[in-house]
Amino acid sequence: MADVLVCIKRVPEISGQVALSDDEQSVDARHVGFTVSAHDACAVELATQVAGATGGNATVLTVGQEDATPQLRDALAVGCARAIRVDAPTETYGPADVAAAISQVVRTNETEGSTYDLILLGNDAADTGDFQVGVRLAYALDRPVVTGIKMVTVADGVVVAQGDGPNAIEVFELSLPAVVAVMEGGVEPRYPSVPGRMKAKRATIETVEAGVRPVGSGRVRLKLPPEKPSLVEILGAGEAAAPALVDVLVKAGVVPG
Amino acid sequence: MILVFVETDAHGATETSQETLTVARDLASRRGDDPVHAVVVGPDPDLAAVADQLGALGVETVHHAEGNQVAEYAAAAWAATVVDVARSLSADVVAAAGSPRGSEIMAHVATRMDAVMAANVVAIDTVTVDRGEPLVVTRQVMGGSAFEEMRVASSPAVLTVAGHATEIRTIDAPSPPSVHAFEPTVSGTDLRARVVRTEQVERDDSAALAGARVVVGGGRGVGSADGFSDLLELTQLLGGALGVTRVVTSLGWRPHHEQVGQTGSRIAPDVYIACGISGAIQHWAGCQSAKTIIAINADPDAPMVTKAHYAVIGDLHEIVPAINDELRRRRTGAENSTSIT
Repeated sequence: MADVLVCIKRVPEISGQVALSDDEQSVDARHVGFTVSAHDACAVELATQVAGATGGNATVLTVGQEDATPQLRDALAVGCARAIRVDAPTETYGPADVAAAISQVVRTNETEGSTYDLILLGNDAADTGDFQVGVRLAYALDRPVVTGIKMVTVADGVVVAQGDGPNAIEVFELSLPAVVAVMEGGVEPRYPSVPGRMKAKRATIETVEAGVRPVGSGRVRLKLPPEKPSLVEILGAGEAAAPALVDVLVKAGVVPG
Repeated sequence: MILVFVETDAHGATETSQETLTVARDLASRRGDDPVHAVVVGPDPDLAAVADQLGALGVETVHHAEGNQVAEYAAAAWAATVVDVARSLSADVVAAAGSPRGSEIMAHVATRMDAVMAANVVAIDTVTVDRGEPLVVTRQVMGGSAFEEMRVASSPAVLTVAGHATEIRTIDAPSPPSVHAFEPTVSGTDLRARVVRTEQVERDDSAALAGARVVVGGGRGVGSADGFSDLLELTQLLGGALGVTRVVTSLGWRPHHEQVGQTGSRIAPDVYIACGISGAIQHWAGCQSAKTIIAINADPDAPMVTKAHYAVIGDLHEIVPAINDELRRRRTGAENSTSIT
């Protein structure tokens, strides 16, 4: 049996142009939805798979404010048994603070006599892209850690983790308890069932206070890339434009002239 | 003193490591010729050639950690080695490429040194560290659709450098760096997470994608898994690689390792031909470094069209076969003219 803690982050759902708040400290939230990153969604999927395969439970956790509740309920709807929100003002938190806040929850859980055998996180957040919460958390808990993992299985107290190395698929075997940061691509996150959604809607979200004195993120301000006017040269329409396109390939040196 | 963790492959230092050294060298010059050292960890069959390459990028000394304990990749062990070198040099900046491996190692280095880490840096705005004024950097956030100005208030400042955001520049009059090979001592704790075996993938398409001179991209507009046959033929005719959007992999039309974007490969080919791709910001993050971008799209207002250098408007299932025909026609023409002469 393996109990799994999966940590997720509420992030803005950005597909087009980004707008910033007036103080340049955040994305203008008035016109965007919120979600979790693709890496986080795969981590949730793997958490429920491992819990299911070993007869354990998956718990989802986020460090954030009440507006992150929908993301926790989404994870409950696809199979997580418990949800914990570590109440914290995310705008003043940096990656070291998030890791410290999660570590406190894990430690408290241990003093109460239970252990999260495996902690999964997304490899990096879609918004801040810090690439370090999982590693900092592992050091705080003195656990082995591996990042960039696409598939995990757990058996006999060992997690087997696979990820894409520079030249081949790399396989790691870590004794539990361990921390694994997950990348998109190894599993397809499942869609919630209607009963799953109903159950998630009624579930209690446990809230704990973050007892962290934040060191902060170091953010001075956000800025947008300068808007560039479109300089596109339309080569034509339809198949008649094919010779002009091949001429461009010749000019670029990828097709012999 | 600036220390750069350098990744190597069969061709020497990786492109993104060379970009990182260019950023480091630039910072060093602005600080009055601060020395730049490099650290290579693990076996490298041709370190002399790597050293020459690093010398041309302004590296003064190459530290090469080798031996059984770092023969297999283990992030904590490799990071411990980088930390030992950084401490012995009193490096106040430690940097690596923002690659999966570079990011992982730097996260360990920053944690072990109780330092702040800035990921995906594109520019260094100030030059001093921990002399009352911390390093301020600009880094990519939101998948490259915005930047963050960040204060890195620690010494060392730990950085990863965003891939393909910097052009590699060699220095004038380089001299060969000194090479310091050593065998690190690594604790058992740092070997708890190491590669126990590797599995070769038959097609190494993601590596092909990263290094291809031409990438043919396909998005939702391709319409189906079968719809990729013309794009694959174009890819073959150009000797390039196929890249796809996240929608395509989510729909199961193509495998994930072909995905280009924020959560896939980041590419910098000479030419990117984006077929039926609207140009969502996550995909743009992965392809924007292409030198020439050609969009083929039915919608003249699609972001991929307006951001591209060239575009053809219309049905890609008519246009791509016509390009394939044109390429074959020119190839046959060239062969005929060669045989006549």
